[in-house]
Amino acid sequence: MDMKRDYYEDIQLLDSRILWFWFIMLVASLAIFPFLAPNYYIYMANYMAIHVIVTVGLNILVGYTGQISLGHAGFFAIGAYGTVLSMTALHLPFPIALLAGAFIAAFFGFILGLPALRLEGPYLAIATLGFGMAITQVIGRWQVFGGRMGIEAPDLSIGSYILESDRQLYFLIVTVAFLLTLAARNLMKTRVGRAFIAIRDSDIAAETMGVNLTFYKTLAFAVSAFYAGIAGGLMAFLLGFINPSSFNFILSIYFLAFVIVGGLGSIFGSIMGGVFMTWLMLTLDKVQELPYLGSILITFSERWMNLTGLPNIASIIFGLIVVLLVVFEPLGLYGFWIRTKIYWKTWPF
Amino acid sequence: MPTTYQFFNIENLSISFGGLMAVDKVGFVVEQGSIFSIIGPNGAGKTTIFNCISGLYRPDSGKINFSGEDIIGLKPHTIARLGIARTFQNIELFSRMTTMENLMLGRHIHMKTGIWSGATFYRRGSRAAQDEIKHREHVEEIIDLLDLQAARNQFVGGLPYGTQKLIELGRALALEPKLLLLDEPSAGMNSEEKQDLIFWIKDIQDELGVTILLIEHDMKLIMDISDRILAINFGKPIMEGTPAEVQKHPEVLKAYLGED
Ligand SMILES: Nc1ncnc2c1ncn2[C@@H]1O[C@H](COP(=O)(O)OP(=O)(O)OP(=O)(O)O)[C@@H](O)[C@H]1O
Ligand SMILES: [Mg+2]
Repeated sequence: MDMKRDYYEDIQLLDSRILWFWFIMLVASLAIFPFLAPNYYIYMANYMAIHVIVTVGLNILVGYTGQISLGHAGFFAIGAYGTVLSMTALHLPFPIALLAGAFIAAFFGFILGLPALRLEGPYLAIATLGFGMAITQVIGRWQVFGGRMGIEAPDLSIGSYILESDRQLYFLIVTVAFLLTLAARNLMKTRVGRAFIAIRDSDIAAETMGVNLTFYKTLAFAVSAFYAGIAGGLMAFLLGFINPSSFNFILSIYFLAFVIVGGLGSIFGSIMGGVFMTWLMLTLDKVQELPYLGSILITFSERWMNLTGLPNIASIIFGLIVVLLVVFEPLGLYGFWIRTKIYWKTWPF
Repeated sequence: MPTTYQFFNIENLSISFGGLMAVDKVGFVVEQGSIFSIIGPNGAGKTTIFNCISGLYRPDSGKINFSGEDIIGLKPHTIARLGIARTFQNIELFSRMTTMENLMLGRHIHMKTGIWSGATFYRRGSRAAQDEIKHREHVEEIIDLLDLQAARNQFVGGLPYGTQKLIELGRALALEPKLLLLDEPSAGMNSEEKQDLIFWIKDIQDELGVTILLIEHDMKLIMDISDRILAINFGKPIMEGTPAEVQKHPEVLKAYLGED
């Protein structure tokens, strides 16, 4: 074999015509979607795209670098409040404000990364959990942040272009999600991502090969928090109104579930995790609207559970699906995808 | 007072763990370009010496000089940047990376791609892509040298033990070390693989001019390739000399070669 290899192929995103074809199809369908779909589904797509951003970012930390965070709702909140306040109080234009919010989140990520240098496993989990809860407490008590009442997102404009409808927001949110996903994928294929993965697989080998653990661990936290910050900044405009309870610590746990259900250490898995779990969340929220089943569930829930009623059922189904997925496919949705691909490759034999 | 320049030497190195002296006043000099071996029974303190050199353990006392600088207290990644690479007795590979990627991590200190250029490359000419291409070419040479082509794109976790040992050697070589620490590189290899290994280690010494510190239990291998040998037991040095001298030493014979 003295054929010269093309090393660019090793890191190239689309190295065949077939992949190019699918990539263009994907971009085209994403572009056409908001013109065909009813408004509720555009809203849902926005929700999904925002969750994809968080999931990809959290996966960089958890799946690729092997750290843990139960505090990502905190970064999400910092991004949301940071963006909104940069616009209302500092009168920054939206794109700058969004970046400002994300960089503040990244800074807090860096700070939270410092204890991660000494803490591992359950200890780190608790430290990050505490961080997430502290953030919502601080926001809830401080009047600049609107306290418990929350604050309204200002009008959103990029240059002279005003974004009002969910469809207009769709183009902003999906574009950002698309670019950040590509960026994460690229990052994981090159030097910095390799250092993250090395730390996950063997931190002593990584450091004896010249990887500065302090730098890369805190960087992983900062990058991950940056993603959550951007997602939070976008979420403020999707919801139109934010208050501390939009970012309670249960949300952090949901985020982690997205990553695990999608597949640890897989960008594509994160996309699937974010999309599927958001669909599940939003659909279960409206489970009472199902014909027949809805009213049965309501009666059942009111009869046998506490007064919160239907959310009981939603949580139970949600939890059940997560448990089943993790038990039967530890690689998450990404694992399903791989198996399906192998199945179709060998089909019909 | 003229100080003679030394490539690498250790003076009076000691470290204890909860009262147990794992290494007790060990010292030696390694000539540049030579192969220096450390032998001793299980638990003698050999790996602990390596861990002190690579900065994983902080010795209680002593000096470790590399190219005229005392490296005690430096972080492992700084020591790597000075040009010291190692392999591990119990394999420490990045198990969910391919062979190629493991070796590419060995290029970490020579590469430039940062977070921004890494995240935003989009074509062959992009900085990060150029960086990748250049260093993949370099790593390919090591893969060829160690005959690892068959494992090139495989995840290393599932590969045979002997192959994994070689990949660790390759990863250390990718760092282009001036000093290479090998902790029992032949463990788990069959005699044919060992033969190849001896050949490669000599190649690394002769062709690449790398100085090698070697820990080994295989006496034939040791006697074959070492320029000098240090024998230790219970953390203490027993004797140091050429293979011929060490082989004759009664205490070494007793402590270590006794069974043969
Ligand atoms: N981190 C540690 N904590 C406590 N004791 C340690 C530690 N590292 C090494 N030791 C002890 O130091 C002694 C020397 O261990 P070391 O691993 O250096 O031996 P070795 O010569 O490499 O042996 P082997 O041939 O079995 O690899 C052993 O008694 C070991 O238990
Ligand atoms: Mg040992």
